This record gives sequence, structure tokens and C-alpha cells, in this order.
Amino acid sequence: MDEALIPEGVKRCPLPVFGIWLLVLLAVIGWGVYAGAVVLVKALNVTGLNDYFGFGLFITADLAIIGLGAGAFFSGFLYYGLSRFFPALKELHKIINLAVIIGFVCYTGALLVLLLEIGQPLRGWFGYWHANVHSMLTEVIFCISCYAIVLVIEYVPIVLENRKLEAIKPVHIFGHTLHELMPLFALTGTFLSFFHQGSLGGVAGVLFARPFAYRTGFFIWPWTFFLFILSAVASGPAFTALICRLMEKVTGRQLVDHSVYELIARIVTAMLSLYVVLKIVDTLYWAMVVAPDFGFKLTDFYRAPYGMWLLFVEILVCGVLPAAILLIPQARKINALLFGAFALDCLGVVINRFVMSVQAIAIPVMPFDRWEFYAPTMYEWAPVIAMLAYCALIISVSYRYLPIFPREKELNVSS
Amino acid sequence: MSEQGHTQSGVRYGMVIDLDKCTGCMACSVACQAENNISFRPDESNKVRSITWMEIFHLQNGKDYPDYQYTYLPRPCMHCDSAHHPPCTFVCPVNATTRDEETGIVGHIYPRCIGCRYCIVACPYHARDFNWWDPQWPKPMESMLNPEVSTRMRGVVEKCSFCHHRLNKARSKAFLDGTPLKDVTYTPACAEACPTEAISFGNLLDPHSEVTQLAKDSRAFRILARLHTEPKVYYLSRYQWVHKLADKGL
Repeated sequence: MDEALIPEGVKRCPLPVFGIWLLVLLAVIGWGVYAGAVVLVKALNVTGLNDYFGFGLFITADLAIIGLGAGAFFSGFLYYGLSRFFPALKELHKIINLAVIIGFVCYTGALLVLLLEIGQPLRGWFGYWHANVHSMLTEVIFCISCYAIVLVIEYVPIVLENRKLEAIKPVHIFGHTLHELMPLFALTGTFLSFFHQGSLGGVAGVLFARPFAYRTGFFIWPWTFFLFILSAVASGPAFTALICRLMEKVTGRQLVDHSVYELIARIVTAMLSLYVVLKIVDTLYWAMVVAPDFGFKLTDFYRAPYGMWLLFVEILVCGVLPAAILLIPQARKINALLFGAFALDCLGVVINRFVMSVQAIAIPVMPFDRWEFYAPTMYEWAPVIAMLAYCALIISVSYRYLPIFPREKELNVSS
Repeated sequence: MSEQGHTQSGVRYGMVIDLDKCTGCMACSVACQAENNISFRPDESNKVRSITWMEIFHLQNGKDYPDYQYTYLPRPCMHCDSAHHPPCTFVCPVNATTRDEETGIVGHIYPRCIGCRYCIVACPYHARDFNWWDPQWPKPMESMLNPEVSTRMRGVVEKCSFCHHRLNKARSKAFLDGTPLKDVTYTPACAEACPTEAISFGNLLDPHSEVTQLAKDSRAFRILARLHTEPKVYYLSRYQWVHKLADKGL
């Protein structure tokens, strides 16, 4: 029924099956929209947030999804910026469209959830009008919105490659022109993204009166600024590869050459290894120098349910272990180990964002203060799950109607 | 310039709370609620969502009878004087909270606050509260609101202002009387209401003021001095365990 819209030479599932899948996603999105509307109408008292936990699931989800969406800017930087010096990176061409789409959905989804996060959503624009140049959040607000615009510009030419749209000559010319300009947008996005990934880390790192979060640093940037950038570039490409693999499993078709995964594995290995080493150094310095200066011991920071296990899972299970797996060339050739390592890498980033935003404020700083526990309510879970459903929806529609994998046709000739 | 790198105006309002005099009667907290139009809900049992500018903590020495001791610790906003910025002001993305360099008072502009709660997260003293609901007062309390203090809408942060409106009133009077503004003194509602006169308030830069004298007392200490937040609220206690407790006990 919709064959005319599907890219030439590739197979897609029957429209009714696709329609049912869309209906499921739309139902989840509807649930999230309802919950979001309740938050806007009844205010944040329907959430699990309180005066101890000013940040909660919304911020954690935003930080995590933006970190995982970093595959767009980093792949773009490698492909458009560095591939002329390192030709091996040209292989990323086969997955760059998917990386852009994932970045687009991650950032636009995060912006939608951010709208719910502030107590006065109608004043959201004050961030641009009354900007405080000293605030890391200001940097985040400017860079994320600018980069979201860049991602829209990067996504448009992919949309314009649709068979029917491309048949319209002015649209074809416009899309082609945007393609020509893509290196410029990709590098602009890289610049913006480096800053806001870092600023998101800086949000916690500059809190000099919250010893769990505070880090010393370089000039105005705390070490968390650099660690967030590194962790994002270490997990973003891994997340792109994971999504691609998931799409292959769901569709039963090979979408990219295995060499693309191998290249991403090498990139992730380098970035993750560097990140893990620096993260361990940072943690040791924080535990042995920074925190004791404030009168804290490492054990002061960990108590159930935010126990020491979080530190071990984040650094050892989701940092050292995947880095060790990926460092072994033979292990990288085994899909289960390769994608398992990618998944652990991504999980580590999610835990890191949770730790730096929620656990960081669970620790009572005043000695006669008490530990509190934060439990998100349905009104927080629903918009976050709906955001994931929105991501799945855009990716699904894009995959069905747009030629996002240039090698798909050749790789599936027999089928 | 001050030691902390601030423009020095000759005025630095600060507070000294004598814990040896405090009976924990909470008159300061009640006076603060009434003076500053702090809203409340029919059920205030959720203490992590109630708005209390002057919170009273119950401190214990952790020992059994007969060595057991306790004290009460009223906690207003510390109006931190830390170098460059207090922990809460520089993080605000919209400049809704700032320190007045002339007086050292950390204020909050409610109509500008976007409710991101970054300042709440940044404050180690939990001195900031968020308006989780629309403010409401049961009848006839609405007609008893203080006309000199604006009420706050839901979705914004609020905090102790050292009764800044009283300062403005005192300054207006001083201006009309021809008195130098730096000599203006006033008393916040909490200090006025304290039946044991445990709370003193004044200019910390005036060597003759009561607060300056008390802040130099051997019993004086500040909460979490190690964090370098330089709070302008001092406490007095003759008990060393209280001093130790206020500095993480290490």
C-alpha cells in the first residue's frame, strides 16, 4: 500500500504489521503526553521530587539520553572532520545517517522532557533573555538548543531523500545543497556538542558546597566537564551500533557491513579505555584529597539504597570490564561479547548520570541532616518511557521510508 | 575589597544565634512564616516539601543517660559570603538569585525564577524551598498577609531574605531623616520574636555592633566552615560536641 514511499530495492514488513507497531508506540506516547499534561497542569507535586531531591528522573534521563545521543556529533566529527586524514574512518558513511537520526531523536526528546522539569515552563525562554554567564546551565541551554537546530538541519536532507520527495526537482536540489553543506553543520555541531556535553558534567562538578559532586579542575571547568565529554564520545557510537544491531535483529536484514561495527569497536575501545583510566584517577583523587578536605570519608557518601555497589558497577562492571573485552581483538570478533561490551558501556553512562544527578544530592551535607530516598512516580516514568517510544517511532518511520543505510540493498541481494 | 573579594560597602548584615539560650520554642520560625507570607498546606507532615525559611534542628550528642545532651539549632539562610559567589547564586541560569554587594544579603527574584531548582541542589544547608503547590491560606488568613512581602507562585524557589523588606523600610526612613545609609540598623522578624533574645542581628563590619562582638566570642562557630561557604550566620554554644557536630565531627 505504501510501496511507492519505500526506498527502491529494499524490503519492508507489511503495512498492517508496521501499523500495529506504530499504534503500540503511539499508545505509549499518549500515556506519556497525558502524564506530562498532568505535571504541567497540577505542577511538580505529582512527581517524587522534593526539596532534598531537586533533580530526579527527568534530569537523569536527559543527561543519559544526551550522552548516548553523542554518537551523532562524534561520528560526524570523525567522518566529516577526520576521515580526510584517516581514510579508514570513511567506513562510518555506512552508518552516519542512523547516527544523525539517533542524535536528532535523543536531543529533541530530551528537550521535551526538560520542559516538564522546570517549575515555570512558560518562563523557559528566560534562559536566553536573563542569561547568567557564570552558570553551567546557561551553557547547556544555549548549546543544546543550538545543537538541536543543527540536528534538525542534518536530519532534513535525509528526509528529503525519500523517493517521492526526491522526485520533486526543487526539493532534490535543496536536499543536495544541504548535503554539500553537511561538513559545515557537522563541525558546528561538534563544537556545540563538546561544550554542552561538558557543561552537563560541569553542572554537578561546580557545586563547591556539595562534596560528593564537587571536583577541582582546569580554569573554570571542573574535571567532570572533561569526563562527561569523554564518556559521551565513548558511549555514543556504541549506542548507535547497538541500535543498528537491534534493528538488524528486528528486521532480519543486514543493514551495515560488519566492518562498521569493528571500526566503531576500535573507536569505542580507545575512548572508553582513556575514560576509564581518567575516571579512576578522578575518583581516587576525589576520595583521598577533595572529600577529606571537606571532612568527608568515602564511606560517608554511600548508604543503601545508594550503596557502594553503584561505584563498583559503574567503574568496574560497566567501565573496566567492557574496556577489557574490547581491548582483545579476538573478543571483538564475537558478536555476543562485542555488543555485550557496548551495552555495558552504555549502561555505565546511564549509571554515571544517575550518580552525578541523584545520588550526589542524596548525601546529607549537614552532619545533623538525614538521608532521604527518592522514588520517581508514574508521572515521571511515563514521560521518560514515552520519550523512548518517540525515539523508536521516528527511527522506525525513518527506516521504513528513507534510504538511511546505503549498503542495505547490496547486503540483502539474496533475500 | 573584602577578604572574600567582594566590593566593600561598610555593611555586611549577619546573624548570631546563641544555642545556649535557645529553648526550641519555634517562635522565630512562626514569626518568620507570618512576616514573610509563607504558605502552608492542611497537611504539613511531608517535611521535605514544606516551606520553612527558619527551620529548627534537634541536635543530640549521641550518648546515653546520664551523659545525654541535646540542643536546638535554628537554621535560616546563611547568606554565604564565599569568594566570588555563594554556592547558590552563580549556578542560577537566569540571574534570579543574587547577592547584594552593598549589604551581603542573598536575595531571590521570584518573578524571574524558572524553577529549575539548581540552587536548591547547590545549597548544602537546605535553606531553599520550592513551591510545589499554588500558595493558599485558609480564610480569613488571606486578609492578614503582610503587604510588604510579595507572595510566591507555584513552581519557584524561595528562601530567607533576612527580612529584606524591613531593611528597605529602615533605609527609606534613614534617607528621609538624613541618616547615612550605612548606619541603618533593623531587626528581622525572627530576632524580634525570640523570647530569650537568642538571636542577634546587625552589621558584621561595624566593630561596635553586638553581632561583631558575639561573632568573636570563644563559643562562636559556623556550620560547615570547611566548605568555604563563609556563612554570615554564627552560632554560640559552650558545648564542644555541638562545635564538632557542626563541622562534620572530624
